[in-house]
Amino acid sequence: MAKVIGAIVVDEEHCKGCEVCVVACPTQVIGMTDRVNSKGYHIAYMETPESCTGCANCAIVCPDGVITVYKMKKEA
Amino acid sequence: MDIKDIIKPENLVYKKTDHMTDKVLSYCPGCGHGTAHRILMEVIDEMGVRADTIGVAPVGCSVLAYDFMNIDMQGAAHGRAPAVATGIKRCWPDKFVFTYQGDGDLAAIGTAETIHACNRGENITILFINNGIYGMTGGQMAPTTLEGMRTTTSPYGRDLESMGNPIKITELIANLPGVHYVTRQAVHTPRYVRRTKKAIFKAFDIQKNKKGLSFVEIVSNCNSGWKMTPNQSNIWMEDNMFPYYPLGDIKVDGKIINE
Repeated sequence: MAKVIGAIVVDEEHCKGCEVCVVACPTQVIGMTDRVNSKGYHIAYMETPESCTGCANCAIVCPDGVITVYKMKKEA
Repeated sequence: MDIKDIIKPENLVYKKTDHMTDKVLSYCPGCGHGTAHRILMEVIDEMGVRADTIGVAPVGCSVLAYDFMNIDMQGAAHGRAPAVATGIKRCWPDKFVFTYQGDGDLAAIGTAETIHACNRGENITILFINNGIYGMTGGQMAPTTLEGMRTTTSPYGRDLESMGNPIKITELIANLPGVHYVTRQAVHTPRYVRRTKKAIFKAFDIQKNKKGLSFVEIVSNCNSGWKMTPNQSNIWMEDNMFPYYPLGDIKVDGKIINE
C-alpha cells in the first residue's frame, strides 16, 4: 500500500520562533531547536520526520511564510 | 527513506508565493498580519491578476504593506485608504483595487471615509484586520477593544460607562445598501486560513463582476499588545474575541443573513 510521506524545509534565518506551526501540525512533527538564528529566535524543525504527511498545515498558518512543504508516495 | 529524496522540485506541495517580496516582515512573531498578507497575495496569484491589481496601504502596523506585497501599491493618509481607493477605481474601473486596513485605521480615524465609501457602493474590496488594539503605537485602547480588556490606556480594563462600547463596524457596514458582501473570518488555524482565503476569493470575484463593495474582516491576534505568547493569544482570541465578533458571513449577495 502506498503511503504518503512529507518533509518541510524551514528558512532558518527568517523563522521568528512563534510556534504557531507546532500546534497546527496534526501529527506533532514540529519542534523548536535549542540553537537560535542571528535574530535570537528558536527555529522550527522536524522532530519526528517519519510522521510528516506533507499536509502543509504548518506552512499555511506560518505568518512569515518560511516553511516549504514537499510530499511523495512511499511504497511500503 | 532519506529526507533528501523527498525534497525535490517535483514533490513540492507548498511554498511562499512569489507575489510576496523576500523582505523580512516587520511584524511581531506570530502576528496574523503575515498570514493575511500571504493569503491575499495567493488569491491574486491564483486569479492571475497581478498586473491589474492596485492595493492601498494604510497607516498602522501594516503601513509597510507595500514593501511586502510584490504588486502595485499606494500609501494613504491615516484612515483615508477607501477614499484613495475610490479615486484609483474611478480612474481605472477595470483594475482590481483593494485596501488593507487595521482597526485603528478603519474603525477609528477613518470611520467617515469607510462608511461613505461603503454607502456609495464603490466597487472595491476592503480587508479589515481587527485585533482590538492599537498595535504599532504600543498597545493603546482602540474602538474595537473588548469590555474589561487591559491596554496601556485602559490599565484597569475597558470601562463601558466612561469609554463606550466596542464598535462592531462590520455589522454597521452590512446595513448600507451599496455593500454587496460582508464577512468576518480569522487566520489563526489552518481551517480558518482556508476559509478566509475562500472569502477573499469571493470578494475579488464580486469586484470582477462589478456588483459593489466587498468587505472582509479578519479577527486577528496582537500577542505583544495583549502581552501573551502567540499560541496563548490565539486561545484568548477564540475565548474572548469570537463571542463578541462571531465569525461567518454577515451579508451575501446584498442580503443580510439573519441568524
